[in-house]
Amino acid sequence: MSKLFEINTDHSRRRFLQASAVIGGGLAIGVYLPVASRFAQAAGPKPPFAPNAWIRIGTDNIVTVIVDKSEMGQGVYTSLPMLIAEELDADWSKLRMEPAPAAPEYRHPWFGVQATGGSTSVRSMWQPLREAGAAARAMLVAAAAATWNVDAGALKTTMSTVIGPNGRKATYGQLATQAAALPVPKEVQLKDPKNFKIIGQSIKRLDTPDKVNGRAKFGIDAKLPGLLTAVVARAPVVGGTVVRFNADKAKAIPGVKMVLPVKGPVSEGVAVLADDFWAAKQGRDALEIQWNHGAKAALSTASMQQDMRQLADSGTDGLIARKEGDIAAAKPAKTVEAVYEVPYLAHATMEPMNCTAWVKPGGVEVWVGTQAQGSDQFGAAQIAGVKLEQVKINTLLLGGGFGRRFAPDFLVEAVQLSKAAAAPVKVIYTREDDTRAYYYRPMATCKITGGLDKHGKPVSLHARMVCDSLAEGTGMEASIIKDRIDHTSVEGLNNLPYAVPNLQMEWLKYSPGVRTWFWRSVGNTQNIFFAESFIDEMAHEAGKDPVAFRRGLLAKQPRHKAVLELAAAKASWGRVLPAGRAHGIALAESFGSWVAEVAEVSLENGKPRVHRVVVAADVGTVVNPDTVVAQLESAVVFGLSAALFGKITFKDGQVEQSNFHDYPVLRINEMPKIEVHLVKSAQAPGGVGEPGTPPIAPAVVNALFALTGKRIRSLPIVI
Amino acid sequence: MYAFAVNGKHVQVDVLPDTPLLWVLRDSLNLTGTKFGCGIAMCGACTVHIDGAATRSCITPVASAVGKKVTTIEAVGNGKPGKAVQKAWTELDVPQCGYCQSGQIMGAAALLAKNPKPTDADINAAMSGNICRCGTYNRIRAAIHRAAGAKGA
Repeated sequence: MSKLFEINTDHSRRRFLQASAVIGGGLAIGVYLPVASRFAQAAGPKPPFAPNAWIRIGTDNIVTVIVDKSEMGQGVYTSLPMLIAEELDADWSKLRMEPAPAAPEYRHPWFGVQATGGSTSVRSMWQPLREAGAAARAMLVAAAAATWNVDAGALKTTMSTVIGPNGRKATYGQLATQAAALPVPKEVQLKDPKNFKIIGQSIKRLDTPDKVNGRAKFGIDAKLPGLLTAVVARAPVVGGTVVRFNADKAKAIPGVKMVLPVKGPVSEGVAVLADDFWAAKQGRDALEIQWNHGAKAALSTASMQQDMRQLADSGTDGLIARKEGDIAAAKPAKTVEAVYEVPYLAHATMEPMNCTAWVKPGGVEVWVGTQAQGSDQFGAAQIAGVKLEQVKINTLLLGGGFGRRFAPDFLVEAVQLSKAAAAPVKVIYTREDDTRAYYYRPMATCKITGGLDKHGKPVSLHARMVCDSLAEGTGMEASIIKDRIDHTSVEGLNNLPYAVPNLQMEWLKYSPGVRTWFWRSVGNTQNIFFAESFIDEMAHEAGKDPVAFRRGLLAKQPRHKAVLELAAAKASWGRVLPAGRAHGIALAESFGSWVAEVAEVSLENGKPRVHRVVVAADVGTVVNPDTVVAQLESAVVFGLSAALFGKITFKDGQVEQSNFHDYPVLRINEMPKIEVHLVKSAQAPGGVGEPGTPPIAPAVVNALFALTGKRIRSLPIVI
Repeated sequence: MYAFAVNGKHVQVDVLPDTPLLWVLRDSLNLTGTKFGCGIAMCGACTVHIDGAATRSCITPVASAVGKKVTTIEAVGNGKPGKAVQKAWTELDVPQCGYCQSGQIMGAAALLAKNPKPTDADINAAMSGNICRCGTYNRIRAAIHRAAGAKGA
């Protein structure tokens, strides 16, 4: 794979820290310069009070919060403004939000590049946004104190108003101009959490009204005068190339304007540009293209599966991700061995991939639903041959992300085609294009061998994980690959929480050439399935109850233990279920949160039916409870679709699935009841978008074992 | 030239004869609330009403809409069931990413128009053609009941 975006993360991180030193240590008036000067006129008049990159307050008393994270359903367009509003004591009804442009101030504090992912939005912004709100509040209070000639300590704030002695009041709007002239505080005092008025409340989402009346603008809704829509014929085999093409029939279709070659980061192809989508698609379908299928023309799932099983079973040493004690010295009374497999998975966001780009004299403007503004800006600048600050990224809503919109393919094609066509171009993937565009969750195989002593206590566990490295070729290698081990390949198993004295976790890299990618909860999706299935197998072999067995190994893991016990209690674990039903449990810590899930299953016409899922989660401090509940529900459904149906397979180098008929996902008639129980916690917030996904597949498989005695070791589930 | 009514207004469009109504709405009439999801009537994101019936606009040739009344998400709130559905959706904060929700709301409004008190089985039958990748189904169900006044939430 070619490295598309070379991001020097060390350098970026250093620059971010310099910027955050300004933001955190004292707010600088004038840091607000989020828009490249070329497009600055689009930003409107500068409001009087813009103390930092996140807050603007106008004389109309409207507080505008700039949100640098992308909204893909996880609720950041509401939860991040809540952090500022809390410390600012803002009147929520007079607060607006605005998506941030791509700019250095908005680099992700952990990633060093502007992006949304890894369930990090609230976690990483929890401190800086509250500080930004508190600093702005302090300046408004200081402005009122100076105006009234009173001590700032005597003033209170509520509902975007400063309240002074003798009933004096001034709104933030009235104070905005004076506040802007004041020095920024060196230090700010954050609220004691017991005084929170907004954080911890189920605040209605700011994006809901537009999402129920058709006004919400997603990437695919971008409109521009003279806009051409492009539909692309991409190489059907990974790494395939175009030998020659005939566009005569395509060009004969009314509305078709141009036919151009295009080279994406994974696939090259031929694009048909037309006045509208339908003409472009008709044109694309009429292209006659001779492909060179290249080296991967024989790639098949069957052969990859065989290779991976052989590698897992071989004597080949893997890279050791974790080692404790000595597995060879364990001397177990009983040995348990199992091989597990999961397939490639597509994200299948509801909104197919798309991007609108306009390469014009002096710069590039992009309209896109993206998780990666930083690398998008870099990529667009590189392709168009302009400077970074000459690229303006307009972030529209994302019709689902799940990691897929972190990828560069749609942006690269749109910028290339706009440059070549000298016109604004919107690339739209059809559903079939989207399903076949790679960027899949890695296929993986894992062999686990465990030993039990004569009392049924685990004495050893040896896991051999076989899968590709998804970090390679992303430009993010430096932060993900350590000591040659791709963290995303081993996460979920290398941090196994259970007390087993002799442990060895190995990774064997297998790279068949398919572009793999981040997929909601990443490596945890496969490795938690392996780990929690195997622990269940060990419990069975030890003759112990799955909850009791796990609990006995978690003495030093209080947060794991707490969610395990809460889920078991809420599901009435151990109670007799109606005939034909059974419970299964699984547990995982990922993205800084702890989640246990109990699934209640039956078989209907020989197929698994999940009736109820009880979720117990410790996500630390909860910012917006209703959003946290919604994300955990959503994560369960996402994982359940994969467990029951999800697979991308290859034959003769080509992806066999194309649309929702052969890549099915869960529908309303298949929905379980889902109950979410949150652990009360004063710890810092954990992630909420992803941690609910990993436990559901093993919970269902473990329940099916309890029901049928048959152990499912391969996903999707086939009974 | 194809003539029909959209959201109470008479429209005329000049497009390729097999153009699906979806792309006429989105590209010719600038009504982008109706979404493209699959193109084969498998996901429901493109659902509109044609003479009141929930219809997948991605496989409906524009020619078959001639002389008919098309209603989209932008105007469904002008009718009583549509308004009740939008209100319930807002009260329960149903949408996450929101991309499928236009289609979900159009499906729910059509259901309530002909069945004011749907059971869970009725909801499954009417709504199982609408995919939500964020998995908001339980809230969709609760919001339909709420809009029907059948259950408090």
